[in-house]
Amino acid sequence: MIHPKSIPFILICFAIFLAGCKHKKATVEEHSIATDTIVVHNFNSLEPLLHTDSETTHIVNFWAMWCAPCVQELPTFVAYAKNNPNTEVLLVSLDFPKDIETKLKPFLKEKGITPKVVLLDDADANSWIDKIDPNWSGALPFTIIFNNKSRSYHERTFESLKDLENEVKKTINNQ
Amino acid sequence: MLVVLVAGTIISCKNNAKNQDQTTTAINQDKDNHEHPPKHPDDRKGPPRGNHSPEQTKTLEEIGGYNFDDVATDFELKNVDGTMVSLSNYSDAKGYVVVFTCNECPFAKMYEDRLIALHNTYAPKGYPVIAINPNVTENNDRESFEAMQKRATDKNFPFVYLADEKHEISPKYGAVRTPHVFLLNKERKVKYIGTIDDNAKSAKDVKVKFLENAIEALENGTKPNPNFTKAIGCPVKIG
Repeated sequence: MIHPKSIPFILICFAIFLAGCKHKKATVEEHSIATDTIVVHNFNSLEPLLHTDSETTHIVNFWAMWCAPCVQELPTFVAYAKNNPNTEVLLVSLDFPKDIETKLKPFLKEKGITPKVVLLDDADANSWIDKIDPNWSGALPFTIIFNNKSRSYHERTFESLKDLENEVKKTINNQ
Repeated sequence: MLVVLVAGTIISCKNNAKNQDQTTTAINQDKDNHEHPPKHPDDRKGPPRGNHSPEQTKTLEEIGGYNFDDVATDFELKNVDGTMVSLSNYSDAKGYVVVFTCNECPFAKMYEDRLIALHNTYAPKGYPVIAINPNVTENNDRESFEAMQKRATDKNFPFVYLADEKHEISPKYGAVRTPHVFLLNKERKVKYIGTIDDNAKSAKDVKVKFLENAIEALENGTKPNPNFTKAIGCPVKIG
């Protein structure tokens, strides 16, 4: 059925087949070493996370390890998430993908940052900053508070947990 | 036969990739996982829901700082060599590339070499780079005047690097992040505000050189387009 001359050819193809998948597998393992995988998004894959169909309160904070005021206010989000388990808190890091394993994960562990963290790596920020909020200059930190009905944008540091709580109330409950 | 094997490879690996997605989703307990990313770049999932209207509701004036064609203030700020520098010192200038930058911000650092190259290209043509540190403070070893001097020496800055010690100049311009560029013409009228190019992390992957294009436009007597761009940057610490 199989022509003898084609056997080496088939073997080569099979080798390519195996090599292709092995490579893929290696990549998969690399991205899920620990239980705390940090997904790297571009703007298009991040954007759906900035909207919701539900009434659940969402807080999305854009930050980075290199941004001192951002690091200062992280405990505020951690505390808010603990006090309000029904709120979805998402921390969007603008750190560098190469630093995820060596710097970001150790940083999150050391600081006890428990809310979900994803990374946004999309070079041409001028093309997507306005799609998030045209009034955002691009400076960090930047926070969005929203559910399916209301949303508010904050290009500033929250001074305290109380400050953040008030802004959430104002946004979600129109208080 | 080859076709079948190649197809097999693709399918097999695709499954693998799919598994990876599922694992990632499960690990992250992504409750929004029904919301898949848009399939096409133009198929944005954005605005309609959640009362989101992406409109610029603040004017440049409300944001603070200069509007286009406003005459930017001159200043007298201390350079890293100890001399006081004003824009009026540059009698031959056809324009000024005023860049608010600092020592420690990774985005500022990634642009240092590009600013050096820009100055070396455009200062002889009459468009010098004037770097100003809006975050200078004696309370932070890494943003002190001495640290600025060290950075300027280490990197051999060919341009002046000025300390906005009273933090008065940056808010007047409306500098909110580092690096933040204000391109002024000869009369100090603001002609371009924004970022240097469209890729901070990788100079070799830059597609649009916003600042260079704007300088070329001034040189050719045309209006920079775009004249306003945004970028992610470190916050300017006020006060």
